Amino acid sequence: MLQRQRQTKLAMREIAASKVSEIVSSLFQEACYHLPEDVLTALKQAKEKEKSPVARDALDKMLENVEISSKEQIPLCQDTGAAVVFLELGQEVHIFGGDLYAAVNEGVRQGYNQGYLRKSIVSQPFSARVNTKDNTPTIIYTDIVPGDKLKIAAMPKGAGAENMTKLAMLSPTSGRLGVIDFVVNAVDEAGSNSCPPVIVGVGIGGTVEKAMMLAKRALLRKVGEPHPDSEVTELEEEILRQVNNLGIGAMGYGGTVTALAVHAEVFPCHIASLPVAVNLQCWCARHEEAIL
Amino acid sequence: MAKKITLPLTKEALRDIRVGDTLLLTGIMYAARDVAHKRMVEALEQGKPLPLDISGQTIYYMGPSPARPGQPIGSAGPTTSGRMDSYSPRLIAEGLKGMIGKGMRSQPVKDAMKEYKAVYLGATGGAGARISKSIKKAEVIAYEDLETEALLHLEVEDFPAIVINDIYGGDLYEEGKAKYEVKT
Repeated sequence: MLQRQRQTKLAMREIAASKVSEIVSSLFQEACYHLPEDVLTALKQAKEKEKSPVARDALDKMLENVEISSKEQIPLCQDTGAAVVFLELGQEVHIFGGDLYAAVNEGVRQGYNQGYLRKSIVSQPFSARVNTKDNTPTIIYTDIVPGDKLKIAAMPKGAGAENMTKLAMLSPTSGRLGVIDFVVNAVDEAGSNSCPPVIVGVGIGGTVEKAMMLAKRALLRKVGEPHPDSEVTELEEEILRQVNNLGIGAMGYGGTVTALAVHAEVFPCHIASLPVAVNLQCWCARHEEAIL
Repeated sequence: MAKKITLPLTKEALRDIRVGDTLLLTGIMYAARDVAHKRMVEALEQGKPLPLDISGQTIYYMGPSPARPGQPIGSAGPTTSGRMDSYSPRLIAEGLKGMIGKGMRSQPVKDAMKEYKAVYLGATGGAGARISKSIKKAEVIAYEDLETEALLHLEVEDFPAIVINDIYGGDLYEEGKAKYEVKT
């Protein structure tokens, strides 16, 4: 028994806290200068599909922006977000040389300073609202998973789309149609504010905070990557069809493409509940990840 | 074809531009967000002077990312205009003629635009790098403590915008949506 414990201990993978800081710093800078390939492809497809010339012009400006940003290292959007980090920490990983969360915050501090990214976080949100000047504290979520790797996903989340978030505790009997109506209505009410064409993150089930986490995490999924459950895929397709029928279009100028994708994630829930969360992501859907 | 417009907006330009027109703006504008708006309206209520002569001017709702050395400004796209809604009618009554941002305006703002002949223009959200190319000079003129939210004086050249609300009561968001909405 003792020997086995010792072997397990020897098998621990060592990752330096300073390495975590370095990666977090570069992930946020990369995310703010370069739009992910899948989102870029979806934007180009949106331009092909869009029937409104005014909306096509807005999409053109977005595509030009992506090029300029990448070439000249100017942030795609001046709102370089609240820094949200998702960690998947393998249970066989040992972080040495410092506190893991302090290392993440140090990475954000370095990245936002070195990368000329905007610092948008204020403390005491209900009163003084003083800028913390380094975009910390980071919003960190950690999952402990099997294995000896550390996966880090960085999402600079802008406030324009975030402020349009909606949450409902639906009656369970309202079912699929109730969910569709609620989500479509949320996108409709968000209108031009969320910088469409958006990615619609939907969380269905769990408890109130679980539903919102599912909606946020859904935004990390690659555009075009289908959900493994075909019933969920069908739900996503139906919501997308109805959202694009709203006519909001790019920047709300009117058009046929209001969303690039709908990503739903589901979780079992209480017999008396049907929580639904909608977290929108602007067209400038920035995120980067690395596996250590 | 984009219309070339000089800032500050002239009466002729205000009469000429219509919902959906694409514009290229050249001249002077100011940048301010909600906290700067709150301070300006509070100053007016206390009978104090504004940090700028607002008559005829245009305000861009924007807080830039830091400029790299040698550059006039960093990324400089629009923020959500709705946060300025409770302050805009007061500034419009004071002489403000142009607002640039993204997203919907409240009815009182639309009413004030119609009454005082002011316009609301849209800039492409999330396209801050591209827009930064049309800003030639940026200078903090007040509220420096607000960091990125300070009041800025901007010199722009061919700044791209689209007319959302003209002086005739037209609204691009409503008209555009009505045109492409598929009712089922």
